[in-house]
Amino acid sequence: MKHSTPKATRHLNQNEGLIFEKSSAGKAAWKLPPLDVPEIDTAKLLGSAERKDLGAMPEVSEIEIIRHFTRLSTWNYAIDLGMYPLGSCTMKYNPRVNEAVARVEGIANGHPYQPEKISQGALRIMKTLSECLIEITGMDAITLQPAAGAHGEMTGLLMVRAYHESKGNARKKILIPDSAHGTNPATAAMVGYAVENLKSDSRGMVDIAALEAQMNQDVAALMLTNPNTLGVFEQDIHKIAEILHAKGGLLYMDGANMNALVGKVRPGDFGVDVMHLNLHKTFSTPHGGGGPGSGPVAIKKILEPFLPKPVVITHSDGTLGFDYNRPQSVGRVRAFYGNFGMFVRALAYIQANGPDGLRQTTEDAVLNANYIRKGLEGTYDLPYTTPTMHEVVFSDKLQAKKGVRTMDIAKRLIDYGFHPYTTAFPLIVPGALMIEPTESESKEEMDLFIDAMKSIAQEVEEDPQTVLDAPHSTRVSRLDETAAARKPVLRWKPD
Amino acid sequence: MRYLPKSPADREAMLKAIGLRSVDDLFAPIPSEYRLTRDLNIPRQMAESEIVDFFRQRSRENGDGYTSFLGAGAYFHYRPVIIDSLISRGEFLTAYTPYQAEISQGTLQSIFEFQTMICELTGMEVANASMYDGSTGAAEAVMMAVRLTGRRSVVVARNLHPEYREVLATYATHQGMPLSTVGFGDDGRINLTELEQAVNSDTACVLIQSPNFFGTLEDVDGIAEIAHKNGAMLVVSIAEAVSLGIIEPPRQADIIAMEAQSFGVPLGFGGPYCGVIATREKYVRQMPGRLVGQTFDKKGKRGFVLTLATREQHIRREKATSNICTNQALVALMVNIFMTVYGKVGLKELAKQNLAKTAYAVSQFGKHGKILFANSPRFNEFVVQTSEDPYAVNSRLLGHKIVGGFPLRKFYPELGNAALWCCTEMTTRSAIDTAAGLVAESERSVRSAKEEVEEVAR
Amino acid sequence: MAYPTDRKYTKEHEWIQANGNSAAIGITDYAQESLGDIVFVETPKVGAELTAGKTFGTVESVKAVSDLFAPASGTVTEVNGDLATSPEKVNKDAHSAWMVKITLKNPAELDALLSAADYEKFVAEEAGH
Repeated sequence: MKHSTPKATRHLNQNEGLIFEKSSAGKAAWKLPPLDVPEIDTAKLLGSAERKDLGAMPEVSEIEIIRHFTRLSTWNYAIDLGMYPLGSCTMKYNPRVNEAVARVEGIANGHPYQPEKISQGALRIMKTLSECLIEITGMDAITLQPAAGAHGEMTGLLMVRAYHESKGNARKKILIPDSAHGTNPATAAMVGYAVENLKSDSRGMVDIAALEAQMNQDVAALMLTNPNTLGVFEQDIHKIAEILHAKGGLLYMDGANMNALVGKVRPGDFGVDVMHLNLHKTFSTPHGGGGPGSGPVAIKKILEPFLPKPVVITHSDGTLGFDYNRPQSVGRVRAFYGNFGMFVRALAYIQANGPDGLRQTTEDAVLNANYIRKGLEGTYDLPYTTPTMHEVVFSDKLQAKKGVRTMDIAKRLIDYGFHPYTTAFPLIVPGALMIEPTESESKEEMDLFIDAMKSIAQEVEEDPQTVLDAPHSTRVSRLDETAAARKPVLRWKPD
Repeated sequence: MRYLPKSPADREAMLKAIGLRSVDDLFAPIPSEYRLTRDLNIPRQMAESEIVDFFRQRSRENGDGYTSFLGAGAYFHYRPVIIDSLISRGEFLTAYTPYQAEISQGTLQSIFEFQTMICELTGMEVANASMYDGSTGAAEAVMMAVRLTGRRSVVVARNLHPEYREVLATYATHQGMPLSTVGFGDDGRINLTELEQAVNSDTACVLIQSPNFFGTLEDVDGIAEIAHKNGAMLVVSIAEAVSLGIIEPPRQADIIAMEAQSFGVPLGFGGPYCGVIATREKYVRQMPGRLVGQTFDKKGKRGFVLTLATREQHIRREKATSNICTNQALVALMVNIFMTVYGKVGLKELAKQNLAKTAYAVSQFGKHGKILFANSPRFNEFVVQTSEDPYAVNSRLLGHKIVGGFPLRKFYPELGNAALWCCTEMTTRSAIDTAAGLVAESERSVRSAKEEVEEVAR
Repeated sequence: MAYPTDRKYTKEHEWIQANGNSAAIGITDYAQESLGDIVFVETPKVGAELTAGKTFGTVESVKAVSDLFAPASGTVTEVNGDLATSPEKVNKDAHSAWMVKITLKNPAELDALLSAADYEKFVAEEAGH
């Protein structure tokens, strides 16, 4: 494919030290208005509790701060610059109207404890979002409290445990497929459950015979990601749900891959009892360098009594409020009501799309992933030939013959102007290359990506050292992570 | 749909390249009995102007234009404008977690600066890159103390934020961590005699908050002594970060779990906020959350990377220090910029203004209502006891577009008609005078009602 | 490589070198090679009890953690403090970088372990996959 404009590959090379290295006494970026109340004698008020010294805190001017962070920002890759093909991260466009509406005064400055009478705006946002998410997932009820996906997993499993306890037997373990994200077993352990691995079959799906053999009265739930981390939809999902339900177990779904399902199928319809959503994946809230996220948990009726409190309710006069009278609730998983700022953004995203937009979004996401799969088949090893949905997993088997591994290919991809795909995950594919483009990528961007990956494969054949030494074009080359872990330096210190 | 960058021609070309007839073929893996044949029942697609309108309307219904005296774990401070200018840059807003260090140096270096400043302010040696918030941070800090000491019981201050205690109870339930609570005295501070009796050789840690939920400063020295002589750790929760500008940090603590919301994070009806855990270097391998470390590249250039990742869920899985993955990175960047703007001198001046406004409010309110814990040192919150139920007092204030203090009866029934009031640098003298005046009015109305009743009785 | 014959080996890639009733334990050269740069070694304290076949610590590289499995049962008498500051010693010379020394509870347990020659064969098969 011929392109007239190659993708930008050079990251701007601003030089900028640590803010402390610019600091000197007497510079200031702040100014407070004069005090309209009497001055106080701090020593008298606080005695020995008075702090005299703020140590090495910086003193700099406003322009230095603007330049400092602006320069730092130019060292970052971002969705606004180009594609992130990261599997299961769903790096889609973060719409700006979301940011604008989150900053409207009454919404941005609402105090969580302000009286219900003047909180109807926030409550209505929570209720509307809840109703949309319930409809999208096909479930019966929802909590917006968890702060992120892992937090949602914990909340969901707490409700699972409470449900089983109410039936007289908390049960002992959670079944987790070997393709699962690390938060799944970490969460199960936090809730006091043992983890039992469930193997995948040759199609990359849950091994039904294994599930049948391992399912018993000690199993509280199966934590399933669907489609799974290979991008494969569990075609025997109804059998899976049946096997679990027959012995009183519950089906938990990790909703990280909802981008393949929204508007086309609903987890509640195929037997899921409890699931979490990632608003920072499927629902476009920004990743912001690692967070914040939001991990609402949607449930079937049977788990409703155990929802974290408070729950949003409608009073008899039509106004909205919080209900704290929930005797069987698992309690709180955080103070206040959740990452409300993300609710605003997610709702704005749903409103901008409507039912047709959401469906189209899902279709484009799956189309994009399959286009890339087709483009790279033959160049990279495809360990599973099963049809995939919104993401696809290759392996570095062909390139490993030349001593080049997935991490090296990923680093070389940076020189072509892309962020790497997910390397070395899922664990069931050794040397994995996990790719999820999302619907936000144009055909042009994806053709550039396919070309880049093909070019790298060729380099592996003809000049592997270039790939092994990559990246070549970034401000810093490969960093010594071993030294960072052996002798951690986790803060700046004054001389 | 305007976020989708493909034309119908593009889609056709792509389907052809894949060798499929229609998009429906891509969804064949989904069993037909589950495939939706109808549209989702959600509101229709809206224009951007309609979306903005919707939220403007919600804003009007959400106390827009009111003056608030609420604190209780969420504080209204001025947010310098450059915070949003900078964090709105696409390279910060839409960047991913910095796993690929070479193209994430912006995020990584700013986190390294954040970690440094949190250490300076808290007096600790290492700090992480954020937890979800102060409440979950406190729970995780307690779990860290349990791992480090190998003991199981936890002693918790009753004047720690009630919702933080609820969260801890939820986290503790399935980890075999018995919790016991220690009460406070007439001075609003932890009862040291009760604490002596509660701490023993099975205590992993003592968890307190200072300034505590009532705004009062705890005797951290005294509490630390009791904890440490029993081999227990001291975990201190700090909910009002601005206090660190003028109040000595709890340097005797083993772990500090902070809520940094006061440093430039909008109130936002409760979230997202910014928890942080800070501790001694020797405990770093048991810390949850991400950590950024300094290192060098092949050519000797300084750079930053996520480090000590083997503590985390993506490697350790069920043996991880925590299940946390996504944190509060963008919000931590807001905190970072705030701390940089105010800096060494500004944070102190800011804290002093908070002290001054509160001292003035205490003197004004004290003329009409009863100030509880009056002689204990405080930061920017105080407790007022009124003759009228605080909900009734607050109704009066609401009519003047003022939101009064947080009624405490729900969590501390023994305090009766008490409410928790907060003043920051944003609280004007005139607002304090108006509010105090309305409290006076409330007291007068109760007095005259009593007098009427007594007259009738005579 | 030729594995030293003065000790026994396990299938989990640990070695144990007995000296009367006490023994030193470490990981093999094959293990350190597979792990890559070692950044941290987590060992139990003096006085801790080891049970043959059960985990007693971990070895960390940047991207992975591996459990250490006790080749024999016993009580820890010494811990190699060097490894706390210089974990790279395990990479440099795995067979002299002992991790713990124990008093053997049941010296006969060593009879069931692999000899240097058997371990070499085992490793050759593993690497062949």
